Amino acid sequence: MTTQAQSTTERAGADAPLLEVRDLTVEFQGEDGPVPAVRGVSYALTPGEVLGIVGESGSGKSVSSLAVMGLLPATARVTGSVRLRGRDLLGLSDRELARIRGRKIAMIFQDPLSALTPVYSIGDQIAETVMIHQGASKADAFTRAVELLDAVGIPNAAQRAKAYPHEFSGGMRQRVMIAMSIANDPDVLIADEPTTALDVTIQAQVLELLDTAREITNAATIMITHDLGVVAGIADRILVMYAGKAVESGRVEPVYADPRMPYTIGLLGSVPRLDRPGQPLTPIEGSPPNVARLPKGCPFVARCPVRISLCETVEPDLEPTAGGGRWAACHRSEEIELGRIHGAPVFPLPEIATLREELPREQRTAVLQVDNLAKRYAITKGAVLRRKIGTITAVDGISFDIREGEALGLVGESGCGKTTTIMQILELTPPEQGSVVVLGQDVGSLNSQQRKQLRRDVQVVFQDPMASLDPRLPVGDLIDEPLRSFGVPADKRRARVRELLSLVGLSPEHANRYPADFSGGQRQRIGIARALALEPKLLVLDEPVSALDVSIQAGVLNLLEDLKVRLGLSYLFVAHDLSVVRHIADRVAVMYLGRLVEVGAAGHVFERPTHPYTQALLSAVPIPDPVAERQRTRILVHGDLPSPANLPSGCRFRSRCPLFAELPSDQQQLCIDVDPQLESRGGDLASACHWARERQVLPGA
Amino acid sequence: MGRFLLKRLANYAVLIVVATTMAYMIASLALHPRARYEGRNPPPPAAVVDSTLTAYGVNDKDPLVGRYVHWIGGVLHGDFGKTVTGGSINAELGARALVSLRLLLIGSILGAVLGVLVGVVSAVKQYRLTDRFFTAFSFFFIATPVFFTAVLLKFGALTVNDAAGTTLLNYVGYATPGLDAGFLGSAWDQVNHLVLPTLSIALAQIAYFSRYQRNSMLDVMGSDFLRTAQAKGLTRRRALFKHGLRTALIPMATLLAYSFGTLVVGATFTEKIFAWHGMGEWLVDSITNNDINVTATVAMFTAVFILLSGFLSDVIYAVLDPRVRVS
Repeated sequence: MTTQAQSTTERAGADAPLLEVRDLTVEFQGEDGPVPAVRGVSYALTPGEVLGIVGESGSGKSVSSLAVMGLLPATARVTGSVRLRGRDLLGLSDRELARIRGRKIAMIFQDPLSALTPVYSIGDQIAETVMIHQGASKADAFTRAVELLDAVGIPNAAQRAKAYPHEFSGGMRQRVMIAMSIANDPDVLIADEPTTALDVTIQAQVLELLDTAREITNAATIMITHDLGVVAGIADRILVMYAGKAVESGRVEPVYADPRMPYTIGLLGSVPRLDRPGQPLTPIEGSPPNVARLPKGCPFVARCPVRISLCETVEPDLEPTAGGGRWAACHRSEEIELGRIHGAPVFPLPEIATLREELPREQRTAVLQVDNLAKRYAITKGAVLRRKIGTITAVDGISFDIREGEALGLVGESGCGKTTTIMQILELTPPEQGSVVVLGQDVGSLNSQQRKQLRRDVQVVFQDPMASLDPRLPVGDLIDEPLRSFGVPADKRRARVRELLSLVGLSPEHANRYPADFSGGQRQRIGIARALALEPKLLVLDEPVSALDVSIQAGVLNLLEDLKVRLGLSYLFVAHDLSVVRHIADRVAVMYLGRLVEVGAAGHVFERPTHPYTQALLSAVPIPDPVAERQRTRILVHGDLPSPANLPSGCRFRSRCPLFAELPSDQQQLCIDVDPQLESRGGDLASACHWARERQVLPGA
Repeated sequence: MGRFLLKRLANYAVLIVVATTMAYMIASLALHPRARYEGRNPPPPAAVVDSTLTAYGVNDKDPLVGRYVHWIGGVLHGDFGKTVTGGSINAELGARALVSLRLLLIGSILGAVLGVLVGVVSAVKQYRLTDRFFTAFSFFFIATPVFFTAVLLKFGALTVNDAAGTTLLNYVGYATPGLDAGFLGSAWDQVNHLVLPTLSIALAQIAYFSRYQRNSMLDVMGSDFLRTAQAKGLTRRRALFKHGLRTALIPMATLLAYSFGTLVVGATFTEKIFAWHGMGEWLVDSITNNDINVTATVAMFTAVFILLSGFLSDVIYAVLDPRVRVS
């Protein structure tokens, strides 16, 4: 590992490493003995360099950087060395470390709401770090805080500095965090999942800002993320972590192009890609090992399709492979090339049913027809005498239909009305405006008995598989429940539960276990089995994979794809991850502030989007390919989603529209005055923009 | 924010009227002052009983609403009426309120401050010896009823006094009757009388608050913003006090304020055991004496205090938490 540090140093020329981490291990005290969270991680950073640390939850990526900062609880045992300009930080007292934290090394955390103290104003919190390290007076520090807020793009900085964290949106809070982190011009910037909690459009803004911040401070940056696309876009080097260990590292381009460790290959193969819609996903079977009880050999052995007997007994070290400063921890790394081993792919392609009746769309029956649906919420004031002071239009007259065997992806930023739409549909009650027709039956005309019968045909899978399964019921009872409520006889129910469990890739013997005994991916499979119990025609999927790690997500996506074909299901698929939608949806509806702005066949929407919002959304999604990703030009939308209580006149998107900003003022007037309606753009594509024009935003599409 | 507090205050005023009215009605229905007179030996003539009861405003033959209106009208003019034996409630109310408040104010403030402190220390030293000691202490006082701890304190004082051969600690009443020791002397005498009853209140309060404060502090200690504060360059200790404690106090505000309000009559046991003639004792006595007016008066006094506490908690909350202030 020493040699690795040296090799990076050589590559960077005469610069001595700014930050050098060697053989870092972290152990926590567990119930039965120490639990190793990080097991011997080494890396070195030169000024201005960006290192991406990638791994799934529990891989030790965040713990390793908290160890660098000295921010782990006192019960954690940290060994190895962390040298900042040659000075070892491990073993320094809290007081000495406090002088380094925030001044030499700064950190940006994942969730900017919980990472800011709720009871102090934003300006005070930034000023605090200036006062601690620069000894500035309170007034000077506050002035500096305002400058910093201005620099990170907070409009009205002087006034906003007096506001509190809860008054900021997620993206704005992350800007505040960045302002705080660069306040003392640090040498090293550690960003721990800085964009995970944000929408793609905001993620693009924040990533751009991080890049600017790095340029201003010339800080070496550690970017911790689970998103391979983000790393592809900004990192120079990548370090892949698995079960507390670095399993592959090297420069980003060769690692992505020619990964040598099966885990890296699996990760890259399990990410759905916006630019390669047809490419099947190769999930990594199983789930990461419990670090408290690691197997003797390679920690990845149980999930590795190319394991040999040596892997069971000897854990491979991180060793040089493939030249060019590449390292991998795999006994077979030299045999693997371009994701293949002796000509065969390391991860064989999964079998997914593809047989489809290719009836044209118009001839298939409509499973769901939504026409001019609207949902408004009154804003009220007063405790005793409530009076209405305004309305929030969550969904404002949207129309779409889903045909048999079709998956419609509903996409948009959080707050655009996706969830309201599906909840209104699932309620099966007459909407306050418009109509919802399920399998030819208008829900407005149903009595309660008919409504109950119709529920059989419309089922839902929720986002969080843990929260949507009662932890006190065995899995068999959970899946059984819909059958019981429709009075299916007991013997049939038992058989059906077994059938369903095997349908979703679980073993029928699992019926007696409880949800806590399953991993996230398995729990989501249970959720799917429950939804399928009554043989529905339409499955509403509300962010079904967003709570899962990528390697797990791929398996669930493949299952959904397979079930759709085999059972002839229709999906209403709600997701914020456009790559996932690209992978699974046949048609796509893009939603913005309660309206559909672009609807059409997935191929059309993704390859030749005509609405500037769709274009911006698509261009904001990072692609896990360093070469392609760095050649893309981003179309950034400005600012945050406006409040639905206070919408701009005319086109709702104009306040953030990149196209509007470029238009001459006479053309702008039309956007200001007239609210555009959905119009056909040829083929199965319609968009709501006065100046719609095709624009290709994905490479190689 | 001022408007918000004013609105709350108006709400509280309405609640006080409701609470007092209900207390008066229930007391009138449940208590029988007539029995007091008719039970005398020899029984006074019926006409005398009636006229006496009417004079005190507690005759069950007069319409209830009329009696209530008369009483509440008096209250609005600062006259709480007569006790069942014809004494003035006003005179006694003032004296007893002072006795109770002296006891409770000090006990509660001590309990709150020390409780918060003990809770914070417990949380910071989680699972260490200090924490375990405070936990044992808290559970002891939470688990033992106050009449037991009070008697225990009394017993302790007795032992101390015996050992010293002189009365070091007083445990009866709030002053030595007939003491003539000048201003300083009698001030010291009163403080001395305060020690044990105050302890009996404060110990229970410390035990109770420290558990809540410990939990709330532990929540905060695991929070991301505390990590951010340290990442900015604060030492752990400073981060804990500046960012942690301030946030951890917010959920305590309501608890602290309301528990003071309920103590006002809740200290009955302490008052009885240490022979302090306060509000709690008065309430119990008035019920056994079938005294409607006193019962209603004490109920009103309690309502006022509980709602004042509520108001106080609103103010503290607003001061501590900007999220309330803004919306």
